[in-house]
Amino acid sequence: MKCTALSGRPLPEITIDAAGRGDLSPADLRIHPDTLRRQADVAEQHGNPQLADNLRRAAELTALGDEELLAIYEALRPGRSTLAELETVACRLQAAGAPSCAELVREAAAMYERRGLHKPG
Amino acid sequence: MPQLDNDVRDGRAILRSDNQNGSVPGSAAPGGPAHHGWSPTGLGGAQGRLGRFVGLDRRPVNLDGLSCEDGDAGLVAFASVHDPEPTVEIDDEGHVVQLDGVQADEFDLIDAYIAAHGIDASVAVEANGLPEVEFARLIVDPATPREAVVRLARGATPAKLARVVARLRPVELQMAIAKMRVRRTPSIQAHVTNLLDDPLLLAADAATAVAFGFRELETTVPVLADAPSNALAVLVGSQVGVAGALTQCSVEEALELEMGLRGLTTYAETVSLYGTEQVFVDGDDTPWSKAFLCSAYASRGLKMRVTSGGGAEALMGEAEGKSMCHLESRCVALARAIGAQGVQNGGIDGASVVASVPDGMRELLAENLLVMLRDLESCSGNDSLVSESDMRRTAHTVPLFLAGSDFLFSGFGSIVRHDNMFGPSNFNGEDLDDYLVLQRDWGVDGGLRPVAEARLREVRERAARAVQAVYRDLGLADFADARVDEVVLAEGSRDLSPLDPTVVLQAADVIQERELGILDVVRALERTGFREEAERVLAMGRARVAGDYLQTAAIFDEKMNVLSKVTDPNDYQGPGTGYEVTPARREEMAEVRQQRSRQDLLERQAAHAGHIHLVERDEAEPGADPREVCVGVSPALATRLWLTTSGLPVGQALRQILAGLEEEGCVARLVRVRSTIDLGMIGLAAARLAGSGIGIGLQAKGTALIHRRDLPPLACLELYSIAPLVTGQMYRALGTNAGRHAKGLRPVPVRNPSTEQAIEARYHAEVVAMVAVERGECLPGAPPVDLELVR
Repeated sequence: MKCTALSGRPLPEITIDAAGRGDLSPADLRIHPDTLRRQADVAEQHGNPQLADNLRRAAELTALGDEELLAIYEALRPGRSTLAELETVACRLQAAGAPSCAELVREAAAMYERRGLHKPG
Repeated sequence: MPQLDNDVRDGRAILRSDNQNGSVPGSAAPGGPAHHGWSPTGLGGAQGRLGRFVGLDRRPVNLDGLSCEDGDAGLVAFASVHDPEPTVEIDDEGHVVQLDGVQADEFDLIDAYIAAHGIDASVAVEANGLPEVEFARLIVDPATPREAVVRLARGATPAKLARVVARLRPVELQMAIAKMRVRRTPSIQAHVTNLLDDPLLLAADAATAVAFGFRELETTVPVLADAPSNALAVLVGSQVGVAGALTQCSVEEALELEMGLRGLTTYAETVSLYGTEQVFVDGDDTPWSKAFLCSAYASRGLKMRVTSGGGAEALMGEAEGKSMCHLESRCVALARAIGAQGVQNGGIDGASVVASVPDGMRELLAENLLVMLRDLESCSGNDSLVSESDMRRTAHTVPLFLAGSDFLFSGFGSIVRHDNMFGPSNFNGEDLDDYLVLQRDWGVDGGLRPVAEARLREVRERAARAVQAVYRDLGLADFADARVDEVVLAEGSRDLSPLDPTVVLQAADVIQERELGILDVVRALERTGFREEAERVLAMGRARVAGDYLQTAAIFDEKMNVLSKVTDPNDYQGPGTGYEVTPARREEMAEVRQQRSRQDLLERQAAHAGHIHLVERDEAEPGADPREVCVGVSPALATRLWLTTSGLPVGQALRQILAGLEEEGCVARLVRVRSTIDLGMIGLAAARLAGSGIGIGLQAKGTALIHRRDLPPLACLELYSIAPLVTGQMYRALGTNAGRHAKGLRPVPVRNPSTEQAIEARYHAEVVAMVAVERGECLPGAPPVDLELVR
C-alpha cells in the first residue's frame, strides 16, 4: 500500500538527503489520516474495535495543530471547563471534521455534569 | 515485627560488606567462616534472646514491611469482602445498564466508560455466566485457542475477570501467560536516567542499553525542566550501534505529550489509570481526558500505552475497601475501553504495597495476565525494587521471566541503582550479569545478550560524541572532550566530575524556545558526520508516518521490522509451539563473558609447567621400614597438571607434605598411582606400599588424604576435600599427622576447611577440566611406580 506523509510526500522520498537539503518540513514526518484509518481497519480485523475507534479519532485529530491538541486535553481535565466551554470545544471539533472526537467531548460533559467535575458557571 | 538490632537498621551497609567478603576467593580463614548474617561470636543469648532469632533478624528480608490483610484499607490481594459480585445487564439496544452490581444511574466515571465502550454486549451474558473455575481452565488449557479466550474476555466484567485470575495457581498463571501474551517474541524495556541529567552519560547509557538488547528505553528527570534535553539525548543514544529501539521520557502528561508531538520521543507510557474515581480525579484526569490523550498520541503516529498497577489506590488512601486485583481489573478494562494498545502494570509504584500482603506476588503476576486477557500489550512491571532480600526480589521476577512477556520489565534499571531516577528497579545495572546467566541457565529468552567490553566502549564513545556534536551544532551546550572520555569510562554519574546544573537547564530551555524536534536532530547529526545515526533517527520518524507500530504490542527488531500482534502473533498451543529460541540465539545467550572452554580453564596450568620434576623409576614394591610413609600422587600431577585449585603449585604442596613427614622423623617415599584417579584408591595403594602401612594420597587439584592399608578404599584417616581452601601450612600439617599415625600415635585430626561460600559453583568447571586430564593420563591396570624428586 502506498503511504504518504501528512504533507503528501511519499514515504520513500523521506530521506536523509532530502533532510540534508532542508527539503523536509515537520509535516513530512506526520502521519496521514488515511494511514490512520487503514491502521484502524487492521485493528478492527484483528479484533480490537476500541483501538480502531481510537485510531479513527486520531485520524480526525491530524487536522489540528499541536497547541490545539494540548488545549483540548487541558479542557478535558477535571474541573477545568464549564459545560458551555466543553460544548464549544465539541462544536469546534465538529466543525474541524472531527465528529467522533466531538462526541467524546459531549459524552465527557454529560458525565462531568453528573459527577460534578465541570467548572461551575 | 522482628526486633532488629541497631546495625541491622543500617541494612544496606551490612549487605555491602557481605558482598565484599563474598567476592574474595578464599577469604575465609581456615576453620572459621567468613563474615555472614549468622554470627558465631555469641550474639545469641544476649538479653536472653534466642541466637536463632537474633540471626534471622539480621537477614535483609526483615527490612521489608509486611502488612496484615485489611479489607477496609484495600490491603487485600485478591478478594475483599467489599468486592462486588460480577454482574452485567444488557438492555434491548445492547447497552450495558448494570455492571458489577451498579445500576447505570449510579455509575462512577470508570464504570460509565467501561460500560459504554469496554464490554462486548454480544458475549457479556455468556462470559459472565461461565463458572469461574471453568473460565480459568479455558485460559490455561493449551487445547483452547487463545482467540477463544480473548473472545470471552471481551464480554467479561472487571469483577468477573478479577475472580477468574484469582483462581489460578502460580504455575497456572505462568502457563496462561505463555499462551495469552500478545506478541510471540518476548522483549524488555530499560530505564536510562542519571542523577545529573548529564546528556552525554544518558546517550552513552542509552547506547549501552541497546547493545545489551533492550528495545524500549524509558528516561525521566530529577529536574522537570531538564526533560527535553533528556529526551533528545536518549533519542540520539538509542540509535547508536543498532537501530530501532523506542524511547520515551516519563514526565507530567502534558509535557510528555508535547515532546512526543515534536518527535523527541517515539512512544509514551506515563498515562496513568486508577481503579477508583477519587484517585483518578486526584491524578488530575478522567477516563475521557485519557481517551483523548490516546488519540492525540496516535494522531502524530506515536505508540503509547497506559500505566496502572495494584496498590496505587491503597497508597493514595482511597481503595473503597476493594481488593487490589479487583481495582486493577477495572483499570485494565478501562485501558481496553479507551483504545490503548497496551498497559504497564504489575505493581509499578505500588508494587511494594502489593508485595506486603499475603498472595501479593501472585497478584502482581495476575495483573499482567489481566492485560493479556484483554488482548493488550503487557509491559509487565518488575520495575521497582520490591524487597531488600535478593532472594525475594528474584522470586518476584522469575515466574514471569520463565513464562515470557511482551516486555518482561517495564524498566529494568539498565543503569546502576544510584542513577535510577525512578528509584531502584527490581533488577538494575549491577544485576546484568546475573540476568544474562539466568537466561543461559534456563534457555529462556529474556531479551538481553552479552556484550564485549571493547564493543561497549565503542558504542558509549560514539553516543557521547554524537550528543556532544548535536548539542554544539544546535547551540545547546558545549561539552569538552575530556568529559566525553569520563563518560565513556564511568559506571555511573558518581564517577563524573561535577556538572553545572544550569548547563542542562539552558539546553532544555533552548530546545523548548526553538521548538526543536526530530528533524532538527536528524539534520544536526547529518551535519556533524553522524550519518548512520541520522539515518536511524529519521527511520524512527518514517515509522511514525507508516503507522504500523501503532498496532498492539509493536516493537522494531534491529532491522526495523515491526513485530506486533499483527505481524508476530503469539501462537502458543502447548509444547512444541509458540516462541522458540533459535540455535543462533541460544548460542548468543550461552556465550556470556564468564564462559570458559576446557582449554581456557587449563591455561593457568601451563605457566607453572616444569616447576617440579618427578622422574618415574621402577615398579614400586612394598617397603619394610616401619618409619616409611608413602605419598601417592595422581596420574597427571606434575605431568600435565601443575597447579592445585587453591592456586598453590603442586610442587609446593608436595614439599610441605614431605617436610611434615620429615619433622616426625619419618621416611617419605613418592609413588605415582597410575591406574586410578580416585583419591581413596590412590591413598590406599600408597598405604599398602608403605612400610608403616600409612599412605598419603594427593590429586593434582589439591585434594589430599591419609590412608591406612587395612581400611576399605572409601574410608580414610584424615581428609582435605575442599582443595581450593587448602594452604601450604595445611599440607604440612597433613604430613605431620601422617607421620604420627605411622608412629602409632593418635594425632589431633586436621580440620577439613569449611566455608559458607558456593565453593563448588566457583571451582567445579575447573575441576571437571582437571579431572578430564587426570582421566586421560590414567593407565588402567598399570602398577604404581616409584618417583624421584629431581628438583
